[in-house]
Amino acid sequence: MLSGILLFNQKGELLIMRAFRQDMRPRLADVFRIQVISNPSIRSPILTLGSTTFSHIRSENIYIVGVSKGNVNAALVFEFLYKLVSLGKSYFGRFDEEAVKSNFVMVYELLDEILDFGYPQNTETDTLKMYITTEGVKSERALEDSSKITMQATGALSWRRDNIKYRKNEAFVDVIEDVNLLVSASGTVLRADVNGAIEMRAYLTGMPECKFGLNDRLTLGENGADVSLGGPVGNKSGQKASKAAAGSVTLEDVSLHQCVKLSSFTNDRTISFVPPDGSFQLMTYRATENVNLPFKVQVIVNEIRKSKVEYSIAIRANYGPKLFATSVVVKVPTPTNTASTTHRVTQGKAKYEPSENVIVWKIARFTGQSEFVLSAEAELGATTQQKAWSRPPLSMQFSLLMFTSSGLLVRYLKVFEKGNYSSVKWVRYMTRAGSYEIRF
Amino acid sequence: MAVNRLRNALSTPRKGETHELRSGLVSQYAYERKESIQKTIMAMTLGKDVSVLFPDVLKNIATPDLDQKKLVYLYLMNYAKSHPDLCILAVNTFVQDSEDPNPLIRALAIRTMGCIRVDKMVDYMEEPLRKTLKDESPYVRKTAALCVAKLFDLNAALCIENGFVETLQEMIADSNPMVVANSVTALSEISEAAPETKALVVTSQMLKKMLLALNECTEWGRITLLTTLADYRPTDTKEAENICERVSPQFQHVNPSVVLAAVKTVFLHMQHIDNPTLHATYLKKMAPPLVTLVSSQPEVQYVALRNIDLLLQKQSNILDKEMRVFFCKYNDPPYLKLTKLEIMVRIANSSNFDQLLAELKEYSMEVDMDFVRKAVRAIGQVAIKIEESAEKAVNVLLELINTKIGYVVQEVIVVIKDIFRKYPGYEGIIPTLCSCIDDLDEPNARGSLIWIVGEYAEKISNAGDILAGFVDGFNEEFTQTQLQILTAVVKLFLKKPDESQGLVQKVLQAATAESDNPDIRDRAYVYWRLLSSDPQIAKNIVLSARPQITSTIPVLPGPLLDSLLPNLSTLASVYHKPPHTFIGGGRSSALQAAAIEEAKQNARENPIAAAAVSAAIAGGPTPSTGGNAENLLDIDFDGAAPASMQKAPAVGSSGLEGLAGTPQRVASPTSAGGGGGMDDLMGMFGNTNGTIAGQMNGNAGNGLINGFAGLDMNGGQPPPPQDQLGGTGNKQTKEDLLGLF
Repeated sequence: MLSGILLFNQKGELLIMRAFRQDMRPRLADVFRIQVISNPSIRSPILTLGSTTFSHIRSENIYIVGVSKGNVNAALVFEFLYKLVSLGKSYFGRFDEEAVKSNFVMVYELLDEILDFGYPQNTETDTLKMYITTEGVKSERALEDSSKITMQATGALSWRRDNIKYRKNEAFVDVIEDVNLLVSASGTVLRADVNGAIEMRAYLTGMPECKFGLNDRLTLGENGADVSLGGPVGNKSGQKASKAAAGSVTLEDVSLHQCVKLSSFTNDRTISFVPPDGSFQLMTYRATENVNLPFKVQVIVNEIRKSKVEYSIAIRANYGPKLFATSVVVKVPTPTNTASTTHRVTQGKAKYEPSENVIVWKIARFTGQSEFVLSAEAELGATTQQKAWSRPPLSMQFSLLMFTSSGLLVRYLKVFEKGNYSSVKWVRYMTRAGSYEIRF
Repeated sequence: MAVNRLRNALSTPRKGETHELRSGLVSQYAYERKESIQKTIMAMTLGKDVSVLFPDVLKNIATPDLDQKKLVYLYLMNYAKSHPDLCILAVNTFVQDSEDPNPLIRALAIRTMGCIRVDKMVDYMEEPLRKTLKDESPYVRKTAALCVAKLFDLNAALCIENGFVETLQEMIADSNPMVVANSVTALSEISEAAPETKALVVTSQMLKKMLLALNECTEWGRITLLTTLADYRPTDTKEAENICERVSPQFQHVNPSVVLAAVKTVFLHMQHIDNPTLHATYLKKMAPPLVTLVSSQPEVQYVALRNIDLLLQKQSNILDKEMRVFFCKYNDPPYLKLTKLEIMVRIANSSNFDQLLAELKEYSMEVDMDFVRKAVRAIGQVAIKIEESAEKAVNVLLELINTKIGYVVQEVIVVIKDIFRKYPGYEGIIPTLCSCIDDLDEPNARGSLIWIVGEYAEKISNAGDILAGFVDGFNEEFTQTQLQILTAVVKLFLKKPDESQGLVQKVLQAATAESDNPDIRDRAYVYWRLLSSDPQIAKNIVLSARPQITSTIPVLPGPLLDSLLPNLSTLASVYHKPPHTFIGGGRSSALQAAAIEEAKQNARENPIAAAAVSAAIAGGPTPSTGGNAENLLDIDFDGAAPASMQKAPAVGSSGLEGLAGTPQRVASPTSAGGGGGMDDLMGMFGNTNGTIAGQMNGNAGNGLINGFAGLDMNGGQPPPPQDQLGGTGNKQTKEDLLGLF
């Protein structure tokens, strides 16, 4: 498994080096620096030299490197490195050079806890935060606690501790969808799908058992049979009627948080779980059918002369007039030799960003059913290279509340607990742009 | 006293950082001591040698402050090797800590003891380890379980003597899922390092326990359990079905590496299930999670895509309907784009090729040169794979020629040559091709065009003029192009003898008299003699019908593929190489031995097909011949070895090789790279049947054949880095040469 973990900053200075096995030599850090960081032609995230493999990812301005010998599980190594990053983020706010440098003792402590002999151990943030804290745990004081902590760190319900109490029992559910779109130059939709996530913040007393229902129709079943998530499978025809009324959504695939009982999900499609305390991601899903695209984009680009390009971009909001999208950003690529641009917009602000070669058009509030237009011209400077402009696609960012591209709705969330208290549930929907690209 | 004085004299001057740290470490204030320890660790990270502080740091080991303890332990682990004697001073604390009422401290002590790799420490480890293995806290037990693996690594004999391995085996029945997972981890580590211990032999009882723990343990534990399950050979169909049923819910796990491990387990155990409907069900269930992996982080995605590539080679139809997911995003990293291209071509079928060709055309307009070339090549691969798509593909290619971008046009020419080799009836586009003759500067593209001209000489009115132009500059051409010119002119002569008599003489003259490349001279002589003996025989040989090519999509040979499937989601599956080809000696030697054994067995069952694999292995077990890179890196890096460091960059300048999935020096027969390209071209000269070759043999004499065999057919390529290429490489070359005649 992993022989060691290395953290570098952008310049290739070593920030952290933790060896887990004896075959992790200090020199390997130099090897990585020479071979990868100072070698711009390296483009693969995995590099094997001799019998040593370096797997690296980048986060903010640091390199996170897993060093291993032998035929290791590559997917596990990368996933672990990403886990380390997200752990760092939840501990220090962000995981960059600054944060690592000022918390390097903590980073060592964390690494010590989540890896043993190179094998990943418990990486649940909530559990770790119980005994690896910024204040430090004094061993006498924590004596009684620590046996509990260790029970929890290894137990079947490693994500939740006992004796949680809230005066007000609340659960917030956020359905967040990233809609991906790729439209060809001729206007046909090449790809439209939704990556959704259901985030939950649970402030519930005791050990609540939750059941969760969506208006989906999972086509994962063996015989292609539609099995609804809602409750036990009873009268099939009756259920179908109710489903049709609710307007059901087909999910291609779902992945569930480890607190969800996968076996009961496989058997009867119920999502039942004991939630961790606080916020967590309950599930992620994919949908490809009947995707409602929030924005329709029309792009007309003319290269008039060698020195001038004309743009006319119209964006229409396809959602109800009561809704509005916020922080809409449209990036319109310009040729690399653009000298200056002029633009006119019917809403928002447009600005040319020479560093990225794009015109950035920002609209703070985009009301439903409205249409805005950008017309622009780019003057091109003379260049020596006569390469044709590759025309990168136009891209969009936005976030839109109370709208789901897939049409997914939360039908119910039930909480069962010994205390039999009543709880308040809040549901929020949001659609964001994933990679929303329009070629022209 | 004398010792003290000596030490004073030897130690660093009183001033300076080290001195400051030392005085801090022995300070009477706790916070100052802690701060100094932190500073010491910081200096250690930066690569400064702070081992002189060892005794002073050690004084701080007995502390109630858990943080500080951890730091001291960290320091100990790092420098224990350089101060083995002083380590003994710490033993007492360790033993005490391992009996501390606080389980966190007990676990920390046993964890650290295992990491202090000093022989003397080992003797003191026995007792604490035995106790902690039976600890009441599962947290301590799971830490102790891994510690057994550490001890085994240090002193295997002691580990076995004390029965720790048996204890681990018993611990698989532990009530805590994480203890189960770590015990399995430790056992599989031990059995990998020393298979003779038979540490991990899964019984049906253990199987039950593992399946039970699977649903409850952490994501990482699940991966361990799934990997062990995948290696398990089920006793009967029933058991395999049971495993698949219990494992398949893991497809829904949020961690992509768990999903991959589950896919691997189910995929391998499916082979033992006879029921075809069950097969289909699992394949169907597998598809959506695999597709979901494509939306994970780029690096994870890369591993997933390489694995999907493997799965598709075994089961080509699992992702039939999912083509669109693999479309490249504009800002995907290049390694993803290239892998996605390969997968799209594999998924292509008669219902989705329209969409794919439009997409590939789009990619061909991008700026990344490698990507564009691969995209153009993919168009050809689709055309050759799916007959209906050929016409559309040719149209797309013609449009691309009109872009007049140098590297696009060149790649298009190479691709069109392949299409000609499969489908007749596109001769109409030859004039368009010939019009861009002046833009071609790469040997492969020039060679391809010349081949086309030679092949269709009778249909091209000005073929003679075109070739005459090439003949004029014959001496300046690349070897590869020269060979093509030779053949093309001979073809032209056989088709239109009256027009090109002079030309053929000129080129043969140039090749035999002026060229100093034996390869070219020899081929020219062969043609010359052939033409002067009997034109009819020459016609039979040179113009004989070529066997049609079936596919230009690279596929792994069957035995290699089968040996890779059990390695899904590991490095081997990313590189598409068996593990022993890229992993040197050392720890994994046992694994290597096992792999060799397996391959030998393959060879027995299927001698011809396995030849490739076993040839590759030949280079493996003897690391001394296994490439210099290996030696360079395995040199003891602790010792100052600047020489090896200077060489390293040259070795690893493999940015793009890495992309193809593997660094160049682990090339195995399948990716003989440039050599393969040459083989293709050589094959084009008309593979005649054996009888004619035999005749030729008689005529030209054996000497000629031997002469050819000795040639380095890889042209300008450096000699293969590892001996593994040797066996098959040579054989193939010989076969090709024979086919030539």
